[in-house]
Amino acid sequence: MADLTRLTAAQTAEMIASGEVTAVEVAEAHLARIEAVDEKVHAFLHIDREGALAKAREVDEKRARGERLGPLAGVPAAVKDLFTTEGVPTTVGSKILEGWIPPYDSTVVRKLKEADVVILGKTNMDEFAMGSSTENSAYGPTGNPWDLTRVPGGSGGGSSAAITAYEAPLALGTDTGGSIRQPAAVTGTVGVKPTYGGVSRYGMVAFSSSLDQAGPCARTVLDAALLHAVIGGHDELDSTSIDQPVPDVVAAARNGDVAGLRVGVVTEFRGEGYQAGVLQRVDETVELLRELGAEVVEVSCPSFTKALAAYYLIAPSECSSNLARFDAMRYGLRVGDDGTHSAEEVTALTREAGFGDEVKRRVMLGTYALSSGYYDAYYGSAQKVRTLITRDFERAFGEVDVLVSPTTPTTAFPIGERTDDPMAMYLADLCTIPSNLAGNAAMSVPCGLAPEDGLPVGLQIIAPAMADDCLYRVGAALEAAHQARWGHPLLEEAPSL
Amino acid sequence: MPGISREEVAHLARLARLELKDEELDHFAGQLDDIIGAVATVSDVANEDVPPTSHPLPLTNVMRPDTVRPSLTPQQALSGAPAQEQQRFKVPQILGED
Repeated sequence: MADLTRLTAAQTAEMIASGEVTAVEVAEAHLARIEAVDEKVHAFLHIDREGALAKAREVDEKRARGERLGPLAGVPAAVKDLFTTEGVPTTVGSKILEGWIPPYDSTVVRKLKEADVVILGKTNMDEFAMGSSTENSAYGPTGNPWDLTRVPGGSGGGSSAAITAYEAPLALGTDTGGSIRQPAAVTGTVGVKPTYGGVSRYGMVAFSSSLDQAGPCARTVLDAALLHAVIGGHDELDSTSIDQPVPDVVAAARNGDVAGLRVGVVTEFRGEGYQAGVLQRVDETVELLRELGAEVVEVSCPSFTKALAAYYLIAPSECSSNLARFDAMRYGLRVGDDGTHSAEEVTALTREAGFGDEVKRRVMLGTYALSSGYYDAYYGSAQKVRTLITRDFERAFGEVDVLVSPTTPTTAFPIGERTDDPMAMYLADLCTIPSNLAGNAAMSVPCGLAPEDGLPVGLQIIAPAMADDCLYRVGAALEAAHQARWGHPLLEEAPSL
Repeated sequence: MPGISREEVAHLARLARLELKDEELDHFAGQLDDIIGAVATVSDVANEDVPPTSHPLPLTNVMRPDTVRPSLTPQQALSGAPAQEQQRFKVPQILGED
């Protein structure tokens, strides 16, 4: 039998539905792959072998009884360790939640189960999703399968590495400032940040509530669309969920076409700090769009140059408030409760022991930005920049249908290179942050390997809010054209593990 | 705008309920100073006539029907508690001895 871990999610679902292969065989193949390579990659924090096999058996039994199967029946998926999973540990990459077993499922996990997806386990991440390399995980870094000495991006580096290493065809991520798109770019995979409010946040451990958005990670554009369609939609348990149907992303992914499409290249996202090979591959891909019939123009969005600064005030401010719930009283770690310390002291001792450096930095930064006397200059100004960025997008989308840029300024950097230089680390999200601040939809698709280091480069495509289908139409057209040129999917050039 | 001192970091840590060690104060003071210097540039473009945006969606008072539905059992709600007693979360002392 062919290697089941190399199939796409779409192929796997079809083969299981037609009876060509069983869900149990598919699950076992992926669990075996995880066993063989995850010691090196460290994409997973928890592997739910029993749960996965039980679900796979359930799918096979349902099929044998002739019952209707869910759209991704039997397809394995990995879940970022930020989504609550009933009965399965959820640590959010932090010591403060080590050993915590949530008593409920997040909405997206419930939807995966209803779609008959087989959940393999929970993936590694920067603690509380704060980071761009997965090195801030309290449980050790994840390696990039293209080069295990380099980062797989972050915060969702476990999810991007798992799909790159063929440990799962699909993974769930969350994107607050680029945590789905940036890992996708540096691993040569596809990652989508849906429109803010397009996917429920219920059961996600909150980092920055006005920016956080769950989305799909996959090896192909169609697979990402299939997962997006399953997890998207209104949820009354999330008051910021949009009460409108999800655009038909699957149809869009099956009908890649850019003929007549107006594409704007963001002029602010190039120049100093951008790796030459990244810009070269992005320029070639823009040229490819032109060859495919798109009308390409340059578009200036001057406020984007302030997006990073605004983000590193808004996200820390919201997180300093959100993380106040980790007070050692109701769940999670408790340190110093020996009868000599007050509740308040126990809270402070627990947070000191349970949070890593980046989380402490951001909580203090947010506390500073929101404090009396500094609020207007910092948080208030950042909110105004958010308005200016939204206006830049509105102006741009008056002229073009989608915007494009590099997803990241550089390819994957070596593990350890930026860990003690927060500002250098933050620059990895330079191009992805504006879409979080404005709440629109964005995708990263592979556009080749940088000539100087042979590592993947991602192109970012940005569409207006609720035009997520547009991303998939463009992404699918590029994917088909690239593969026609390369003769194979980009991931086939990755070294075997 | 002014930089951030070691004493200010200690104050922030207290406000944020973080019992930082001395060496952490030194380490974070330098890093936070760098970060604050970089993010302070937001004030360059934030004119008085620009309204603030706090959220990407213009939402107010999102309501759902107030109906009784199944929820967590007391046992489930307490399942992650560091300590519990009589179906309640047990916490360290909140008020002083006297």
